[in-house]
Amino acid sequence: MKRLPTGGRIDRAAPRAFTWDGKALGGFKGDTLASALLANGIRIIGRSFKYHRPRGLYGAWSEEPNAIVDLAWKGEHDPNARSTLVDLQAGMAASGLNAWPSVAHDVYGLIDRFHRFIPAGFYYKTFKSPRWETFEGRIRQMAGLGTLRRSDDRRRYETRHAETDVLVVGAGPAGLAAARAAHAAGLRVILADDRAAWGGSLLWREGVIDDRAAADWVADTIAGLDGATLLPRTTVFGAYDHNAFGLLERRPSAADGWATERVWQVRARHVVLATGAIERPLVFPGNDRPGVMSAAAVLQYLREYGVLAGNRVVLVTNNDSAYETAHALIAAGARITIADARPELGAIARRAADHGIQVRANTVPVNTGGRHGLRWVDVAPRDNLAARERIPADVVAISGGWSPAVHLHSQAGGKLRWDAAEAAFLPEAARPGQHLAGAITGGTSLAEALEAGHHAGTVVASTFGRASAVLPPRAEPAAAPSPIAPLWFVPVPDQRQWIDFQNDVTLKDVALAARENYASVEHLKRYTTLGMANDQGKTSNVNGLAALAAFTGREIPEVGTTTFRPPFVPVSLGALAGMRHGRLYAPIRHLPSHADHLGNGAEMREYGGWLRPACYLRVGETVPQAIQREAASARQAAGLLDGSSLGKIEVQGADAAAFLNLLYYNELATLKPGRLRYCLLLRETGVVYDDGVVARLAPDRFLLSPSSSHTAGVLAMLRAWHQTEYPAMQVAFHDITAAWATYAISGPNARAILGRLATSIDISDAALPHMAIADGSIGGVPGRIARVSFTGERSYELSVPASHGAALWRHLLDLGARDGITLFGIEALSVLRAEKGFILIGTDTDGMTLPVDLGVTAPLRNKKVDFVGKRSLLTPDATRPDRRQFVGLLPADPRFVPAVGSHAIETADGKRRSIGWITTSCRSPALGRSIALGMIEAGRARIGETVELFHLGQTSRATITAPCHLDPAGERLHD
Amino acid sequence: MRYSALNLFRQGLAGQTGWPQAWRSPEPRPSYDAVIVGGGGHGLAAAYYLAKVHGMRRVAILEKGWLGGGNTGRNTTIVRSNYFFPESSAIYDFALRLYEGLSQDLDYNIMLSQRGILMMAHTEHDMELMARSVNAMLINGIDVELLDAAQVRAEVPLLNFGANARYEIHGGFTQRRGGIARHDAVAWGYARGASGLGVDIIQGCEVTGFDIAGGRVTGVQTTRGAIGAGVVGLAAAGHSGVLAGLAGFKLPIQSYALQAMVSEPVKPVLDTVVMSSATGMYVSQSDKGELVFGAGLDLYPSYAQRGNLPVEQAVIAGMLEMFPAFRRLKLLRAWAGLVDVCWDYSPIIGPAPLEGMFLNCGWGTGGFKAIPAGGWMLAHLMATGQHHPISAPFDLSRFTTGRLIDEAAGAGIAH
Amino acid sequence: MLLMPCPWCGPRDEPEFQFGGEPATRPIPAAEVSDQRWADYLYLRTNEKGFHRELWCHAGGCGQWFLVERDTVTHVIHRTLKPGEPA
Repeated sequence: MKRLPTGGRIDRAAPRAFTWDGKALGGFKGDTLASALLANGIRIIGRSFKYHRPRGLYGAWSEEPNAIVDLAWKGEHDPNARSTLVDLQAGMAASGLNAWPSVAHDVYGLIDRFHRFIPAGFYYKTFKSPRWETFEGRIRQMAGLGTLRRSDDRRRYETRHAETDVLVVGAGPAGLAAARAAHAAGLRVILADDRAAWGGSLLWREGVIDDRAAADWVADTIAGLDGATLLPRTTVFGAYDHNAFGLLERRPSAADGWATERVWQVRARHVVLATGAIERPLVFPGNDRPGVMSAAAVLQYLREYGVLAGNRVVLVTNNDSAYETAHALIAAGARITIADARPELGAIARRAADHGIQVRANTVPVNTGGRHGLRWVDVAPRDNLAARERIPADVVAISGGWSPAVHLHSQAGGKLRWDAAEAAFLPEAARPGQHLAGAITGGTSLAEALEAGHHAGTVVASTFGRASAVLPPRAEPAAAPSPIAPLWFVPVPDQRQWIDFQNDVTLKDVALAARENYASVEHLKRYTTLGMANDQGKTSNVNGLAALAAFTGREIPEVGTTTFRPPFVPVSLGALAGMRHGRLYAPIRHLPSHADHLGNGAEMREYGGWLRPACYLRVGETVPQAIQREAASARQAAGLLDGSSLGKIEVQGADAAAFLNLLYYNELATLKPGRLRYCLLLRETGVVYDDGVVARLAPDRFLLSPSSSHTAGVLAMLRAWHQTEYPAMQVAFHDITAAWATYAISGPNARAILGRLATSIDISDAALPHMAIADGSIGGVPGRIARVSFTGERSYELSVPASHGAALWRHLLDLGARDGITLFGIEALSVLRAEKGFILIGTDTDGMTLPVDLGVTAPLRNKKVDFVGKRSLLTPDATRPDRRQFVGLLPADPRFVPAVGSHAIETADGKRRSIGWITTSCRSPALGRSIALGMIEAGRARIGETVELFHLGQTSRATITAPCHLDPAGERLHD
Repeated sequence: MRYSALNLFRQGLAGQTGWPQAWRSPEPRPSYDAVIVGGGGHGLAAAYYLAKVHGMRRVAILEKGWLGGGNTGRNTTIVRSNYFFPESSAIYDFALRLYEGLSQDLDYNIMLSQRGILMMAHTEHDMELMARSVNAMLINGIDVELLDAAQVRAEVPLLNFGANARYEIHGGFTQRRGGIARHDAVAWGYARGASGLGVDIIQGCEVTGFDIAGGRVTGVQTTRGAIGAGVVGLAAAGHSGVLAGLAGFKLPIQSYALQAMVSEPVKPVLDTVVMSSATGMYVSQSDKGELVFGAGLDLYPSYAQRGNLPVEQAVIAGMLEMFPAFRRLKLLRAWAGLVDVCWDYSPIIGPAPLEGMFLNCGWGTGGFKAIPAGGWMLAHLMATGQHHPISAPFDLSRFTTGRLIDEAAGAGIAH
Repeated sequence: MLLMPCPWCGPRDEPEFQFGGEPATRPIPAAEVSDQRWADYLYLRTNEKGFHRELWCHAGGCGQWFLVERDTVTHVIHRTLKPGEPA
């Protein structure tokens, strides 16, 4: 292994120092980590998952199963970096993983000695006694690949969305020709390729296109695609419904740091899949030894990175494609022997022989040797495997044929068919909006790929009624290749032959699975873990199927294939999440007076998607103390609450009253303009969905106040019922929540404070009694005052446009100062409403609560129209007498506040049974004792009874009461 | 041959060539006393218990594809029994207790790892609702513990306790008997056990119709011919509605895709199953080292067993919100199962509207953890014609009476 | 990810829409409907595998409900209809 003085696309003037297992090494700009390791003669880069066998590079790109490393750089870390996909950067620290002390000398390699006792699925047959967990810890430590660092990842991830006429996947000859043709027809084109450089196989295969060197044609073609979206370093990792695609773009960062990963969601009217093919390994004894490499990869390392993988190379193939590697290696000075598994030498083989290369027909490898990497390979005639001959070699370059990269086609629901002549699964037919070009359709020459790509581009253009303005690119037609002769494995009984390198699945494992009747391909995969490693079976899939077919006496098409699932390559979770983290994961809404609340010492908490003051802390005060103080002040003097998050939905139209009457549980037709009514809204199942005050502003105009967290839901429900059930009704809805700031002033001094407010609204009790509403101006801006109370005290709710909210807030504080106005938050409000026995939706109710459970029965009895949910209130279960009902509870110990979530229990035959639970509890400052609310079976009939409460094993007692603990007659509303 | 370390050793010396088939693949017989449609966990378990507990020998399982290939092989492998209502606790804990002895019973290591499950609470309100649930479970006899934030941190230090966390962690609860099991092994273990007791497992056999005579099912039409049946059990998860249609009735069920994902494997970082109510996600680390995670259902009915990028992205974002350190891990595979969902998210177990037919369906997202109990109950129904006391509340009739078993509602979620 | 042709707004991405279930005819007058009939209306759906008629709402767009004919296996959307549009 060595770096050649010339050749490749690396920049020899830009050296890049890095470390491998702590050892300082050097590479160049343009290297991958893998090519740099190879150039430095590093043979063992990984250890296999199960047997800890030493592993070296097999491939050169995303198919690589072995060379997964730990990578640290610039304070960030990748626990499972695929070295073939890492652009080498100065200062990178890479090391082997899943080994101790190092991959080169791994003591766990000892496991391999016991391989015959731990075949596929051995763990299903043992580790049962006394229990799996006895062994699990050890096994977990042994499993896993890299080690995740327990620090936060600070890399930046981005998301993009795009829509295009045509997405071309792959910028090899076929893809470039397709993009060129579509672009010339004036279409919007996105061209994506997972390599940093354009050209696909033209990066490492020779060719002449339109009388130029392929590289020049590639450069000219790319230069000509002005206006197209060109995405190099971009892997199309997933195909989804309706031609949606997921793309992962790795953008070199400005600071030359870790690439910024960006996930694109592209909706393409058409897609051209020019994804190429992946070279398959050959399965033979000892084929996992470091130094056994893909023939194409050997060529890539040579042509792209100027690295000669070996000096003595034995090239083993069953098809023509590998011969280019042989010629290139000879030219680079390597000694080479070709073993061609096909019975006779074809034209290309004879040409190689004419060049003086030793070519043996009908020859297969039967063993390899070498302690820390390959030293020799035994070959034998295919029909006489005993006649072995040993050839010294430091690299065995293998080609078992090519598997078209049908992943995206299959993910999109495309079918595959087995093509015996190609010995490959090919797309059966293109999906709608999908076009296939190049090696994805089977072995193609350069000329054929160019033609197919151009054709795909022109077909796409024609669907838009356009013609392409360019002539198809031309290349010299190639001679017909000699057909591939499948060599699925070498029938040597004893030695292990690897099919899945990373997961250590061997031919024997497949045989065992077949013997035990895990004969479905999915069973094989799951039982042996074949193809389940993080190379996702790119190199092992077809070889595994073929082996299973052989062992079960079936043909490959009968065995079928497993489903290809996204992503095509592993995609970092951070990139998939994109910007959606922290606050942006689920943005929180802020109140118009947010800054004032902070200035007032508010402890802000999230309630129903809004950040609202829980309470306002004074110096030296605890949260519970603040809550008690605020609640007491609101009863004794006056309290000011920011209620802006409360929903506001305007309902207008000639049929508004009739429509709302069909929707709401309570009677609304009789509500007079200027008046309010507290209402329940049910689901069709009868369950209470929301509660709130409904205001009738005018005969044809209503204002709803859904709970903060239910506003969007209520609006959706109104729309749904209107459009799907009552479309003829003249009614329209508008969510105006964010347009208004709303403040509630509550308490005995509320009236006096409001009396000092400059407003055009008459707030006398005669003009504005309890449950009335009026429009006018407040402090010179349009506003509205509603007389409605959530505390049981005389209360006024003032609304002004949101932009004037903060000013009104400050003004009310000033006006109320001499009357002892106190800011109170949601927690004090909850105490105040608990004292009154008012429900809080989602706290005192749940997805089972019917209005009858809350004691609201009049509408069911009296309301004539057939409102939403009515029929569900008449079912056997809804009319059961033992339903849980909303009640109050007074703990036996007035100082003890039973936890919310405590259950009331009955004990019969020594068995506890829940008869309900506490939904709200607190210390009541007004009553000077603890109080609670809850749902108790047949609770209303039990008023006065004592029940046992249970919380986390502790019990206490409480007496059942009516829900309202304070002022049941409601006199304070009018004080 | 018994599965044991000793036999593995002996077979090791013999090249592992002496193992018999784990299950037979017989040709279907003309008729059976009991035919189960659906060769997933529930169907295989039902067949096993029919043979083992009820002594029935002429039993067949008809599987359209390959056994264990539906939701049994596609779920996130979580087992637990932390349910709110006594009815749910009873059935899921029955399942968990059977799971606890299953490796021994089946002589097949299902790798039950009772590493505990941990559900997080993110607000004081969450904590209150959680207390309600925990108390209900304690009263139902389930082993749960309410945890405060410090205890959660001690259990799962990698959780996001940072200042930028969108959802603060206020506490949580754990069920220590909960955990994960190897899903394929559950199917294979039951298949091997059932086959050993004489049950015919017929794979690649799709039911295309039912023979009905005198208002009673007498057999099934399949792609491999007609098969007579004394009684028929349906245990076909996402396809229950399709089978019901063939039998001439409808079910209160909708079929949805449920997505699941795994990351690349890493050395152990997560020793328990973590679930979050705020993000809806759940995650555990498999013994192999992969993070296995998922969240809620897709948003519209589907019979397509494939992933959907926006849903995947939302699920992943939810997980990373809980575990920022996982951002640098990579998604390895994403797929979808096909679940049949009832309005109340509880299963339907009981007689079908057609005499001689029995239902085991509607498990929604909870089917895997219930496999032993679902199988046991279906076997009981098919053998006796009567409900087991544990399955009675899950009868189809609950939709008419309105007596739903709505766990989400019990947990305080209005819908 | 569906590309949903909203009858008013044209093709839009799936996340803008909300699935609204199979259309179910509300039995009226409800008070006279049997428990069974009411339960069927609430809970029974065809749940077709294949051709499926369903309601969707362009919740993140125009807010309009419409009828969709969709294949639940392939997710092909055959057509979308405005309410009242002849089927």
